[in-house]
Order: sequence, then C-alpha cells, then structure tokens
Amino acid sequence: MIEVKKVSKSFNDIQVLKDINVLFEKGKTNLIIGQSGSGKTVLLKSIIGLYDADYGDIIFDGIVFNKLEFNEKKEMRKQIGMLFQGGALFDSSTVEENVMYPLDMFTKMSSSEKRDRANECLKRVNIINANKLYPSEISGGMQKRVAIARAIALNPKYLFCDEPNSGLDPQTAILIDDLIKELTIEYNMTTIVNTHDMNSVMEIGDKVMFIYKGEKWWEGTKDEIFDTENAELNNFIFASKLSQKIRDLKNK
Amino acid sequence: MSLFNQVGKYFLLLFRVFSKPEKMKIYYRETIKEFEKLGLNSIGIIAIISVFMGAVITIQTAYNTENPMLPTYLIGLAARDSILLEFSSTIVALILAGKIGSNIASEIGTMRVTEQIDALEIMGVNSASYLILPKIIATVLFSPFLCLMSMIVGIFGGWVAGVSTGVTTTQDYIYGIQYAFIPYYIVYALIKMAIFAFLITSISAYHGYYSYGGSLEVGKSSTKAVVRSSIFILLFNVILTQLLLS
Ligand SMILES: Nc1ncnc2c1ncn2[C@@H]1O[C@H](COP(=O)(O)OP(=O)(O)O)[C@@H](O)[C@H]1O
Ligand SMILES: [Mg+2]
Repeated sequence: MIEVKKVSKSFNDIQVLKDINVLFEKGKTNLIIGQSGSGKTVLLKSIIGLYDADYGDIIFDGIVFNKLEFNEKKEMRKQIGMLFQGGALFDSSTVEENVMYPLDMFTKMSSSEKRDRANECLKRVNIINANKLYPSEISGGMQKRVAIARAIALNPKYLFCDEPNSGLDPQTAILIDDLIKELTIEYNMTTIVNTHDMNSVMEIGDKVMFIYKGEKWWEGTKDEIFDTENAELNNFIFASKLSQKIRDLKNK
Repeated sequence: MSLFNQVGKYFLLLFRVFSKPEKMKIYYRETIKEFEKLGLNSIGIIAIISVFMGAVITIQTAYNTENPMLPTYLIGLAARDSILLEFSSTIVALILAGKIGSNIASEIGTMRVTEQIDALEIMGVNSASYLILPKIIATVLFSPFLCLMSMIVGIFGGWVAGVSTGVTTTQDYIYGIQYAFIPYYIVYALIKMAIFAFLITSISAYHGYYSYGGSLEVGKSSTKAVVRSSIFILLFNVILTQLLLS
C-alpha cells in the first residue's frame, strides 16, 4: 500500500502537482489517468523519489519514504521496480545484461545465478532467444517486455509503470497490460500505472485516479467511471469519435 | 538560467561525481571502455592534424625569417617552440573539445532524455559518478599522451615539409630543434593538456546531464558543450600560462 499525502511539486515556479492525496492498494493495479502534460510522470517520479516533492509525504506500507536517509532509501529501492515510458533499456548493454543489471547492483549472486534469474524473468515475459541482442535490435513491444523483466528481477513489492503501452499497436498494448496485471497478482505487488489509454482502464483498472492540470480530479473504479458527472473526466473518456458513438448507441 | 546558478549546479554535479563509488569493479570496467572510446579513438585525428600543423608552422616560419641576418637553424627552433608551447596542447585541446565534447554531451544527454539515467538512479546507482567519473579519469590520464604524440608527429611533419620544400635542410632543422631546448616546456604543455581534458569532459558531461526534453535539446546541449569547453580552454590557457611560465 502506498499513501500519497498532500504532495505538491513545482518546476521553476510553475506548479505541476497541487496537493495530491491518494491511496494505492496492494495486489491491485492502480491507474493514474490524465491528458498528456497533466503531471502523471511527475507524480510517479515524486513517489519513487526521482524528484523531491516540495511538500507532502510518500508512505510505503507505513514507512515515510521521503524522510529516509540516503542509505535507507537505497535499501527501499530494492523493493521497487519501474518501467519507464520508452523502456529506458541501456543501449550499450545486451538484453540479458540489462536484466542482470539490478542484480549486479543489489545482490552478491554469482554470475551464473544472476544469469539464471535473468533468464527466468525473460521467460516470464515471453522473451526467448534474444539474450545477446541489443535493445536497438528488437521491436518496441519486446523492449517493453525486457524492461518489465528488468523491473521484476529483484522480486519487487512495488511496481511502477509509466505509459507502458504508449507507441504500441492495440493488440500488443493489451498483452503488456495483461502481463502487468498478472504479475501484480503473482507477486502481490502494489502496482501503479500511468496511462492516457481508456483501453487500459477497461482492461486492468482496479482503481483509477484522474489527474487534471496537476490536481486529483476524480477517483473510483473502472465500473464507476462511466457513470461520472465530472465534466473534465467525461471529456477525457469520450475524447474519441468511437467512444462517443458507443455512448450514443448505449443511450438510445 | 543565471550564470551563478549554472556555476553552482556545475560544482554540485562535480561534488556528486567525486563522491565515493559503490562498486569499484563496475567503475573499473567502464573506465577501460572510456580509454578506448575517448582516448585511443582520438589518436588518428590528432596525428593527422599534428602533421599538417607542424608542416605549416615550419613553412610559415621559414618565409617570415627570410633574412640573411638570421641563422638558418631558427626555423627548427621556432617551429619546435610553437608546437611545444601552444599547438600540441591548446589547439589539440580545441580539436578534442569538438570530438569528445560533443560525443560526451550527446551520449549522456540521450541517456537523460530516454530516462536511462532515471533507471540507474532507481537502482541505487549514483548516476553522476557512474557516467562521468570514468570519462574524466580516462581523458585526464590519456590526453597527456595525445599531447606528447602530437609534439613528436608535429615536429616530424615540420621536418618533412621543410626539407621537401627546400626551406631548410635536415641538418639545420635537427640542430634547430635541439638548440636552447627547455625540457620544462614539455611539462608545462602536459599539465595544461590534463587540465584542458578535465574542463572538456566535465563541462560537456554537465551539459549532457542536465538536458531536458527530446533529441532537439540533446543537439543543443552538444553544441553548447563544444562552445563552452572551447571558451574555457582559451580562458584557462591565459591563466595557466601566466601561472606556469612567469
Ligand atoms: N524536469 C522538468 N523540468 C521542468 N518542467 C517539467 C519537468 N518535468 C515535467 N515538467 C512539466 O510538468 C508538466 C507535467 O509533465 P508530465 O508529468 O511529464 O506530464 P504527463 O502527464 O504527460 O506525464 C509539463 O508541463 C512539463 O513540461
Ligand atoms: Mg508522462
């Protein structure tokens, strides 16, 4: 469980996050949805401490993360897996080395143990026979899956995903979404996913928070979201012609 | 952003770069890689430039000293001193700023905008130190060798040009380059070069590390890295010359 309490963040006097309060639950995929530029990435990075929030607390299962000392933070980070928007695989390392990297940094495993663990994770995300390839040599969907493998290498308790299916075709996107959901249940993780994709909301949105211009505008479940009276949220949900058509058909 | 702000940010970054590394073994591996990428791969361009530099200096000196009052060994002597004092350190450093400065800024900048630096941080790696320290060590240790090589190749280039165009003879030239030789000039050049290498690497890394946005911004950082490094090389050239030679 992760609690975000009164978090605010500004860059160069522009306030990007305004007094965010929200609770993300364990064993569930929690979604942060919102338009591009609404502050999803900044919120996610503030939660994991890549940005220091100007104000407020981030509490991981009772531990106030932002108040920890450097070394304690590092200890906590072993339990955090993160999937970045573009994958953020290291260009100059192979697929296998990428997945082994967190094991190199955090464990004292022998190299054969590390290799075994890396292969186990790669197999879990259905990447086989690509160990010696470089990130530039595999497709976008595969890169995302390798990045997921790297994120789960240390058996994390918390998983963060920034727009996991951006830049992917709809079918691959659903595969990635489902994979994240399965892993969340398998490892009993607290998972937070940023997305602007309503398909993801329908697919995996156990709990959904809508962020609008840096403020929490709405929260609820994927079943409640279509009954909302919230104007901005409605605009967001029914932005596409397709979704408008479906709504009109349903209302007839 | 104001100048003071940037200078402060630069020193804070350096502070992080020189804080205690976590896993020595990984740093060692990276440093070896950088030696190859930033050092060995620069030998070719430095050699080519030094040959031509030496040749031009010799020919120009010859035409400027076409006076029966002046001794003929002067050509070798003047060429030697210009190469040792200025060309093999300052000019070579400016060339390196263009070559490795842009390389460093764009590499680190790309890692920043594709969130690879965030990925390192989240794994508890001090990304500043991990990415920048190996580059600084490699360039600072390797650049004096490049400088030394440039001197030798430059003086050789001068000899080839001088003899083949007939402005001097082998005998005069060799006498000239040995005449009133001050070994300290070499030490002076090597010290300068090591400091220039530090400036190039740290300034370029700074611009890459604080890129924000996309590929366009990385391009801009890389240009800034080269321009700023060059300016600081010239500025420090004056300061160091005053400090070391007076
Ligand atoms: N490091 C930064 N420096 C300055 N401004 C930033 C930085 N990161 C994000 N921003 C700004 O914060 C706002 C929210 O960005 P972001 O969280 O990336 O949006 P998104 O919801 O698309 O992920 C944007 O206006 C962006 O320009
Ligand atoms: Mg984003």
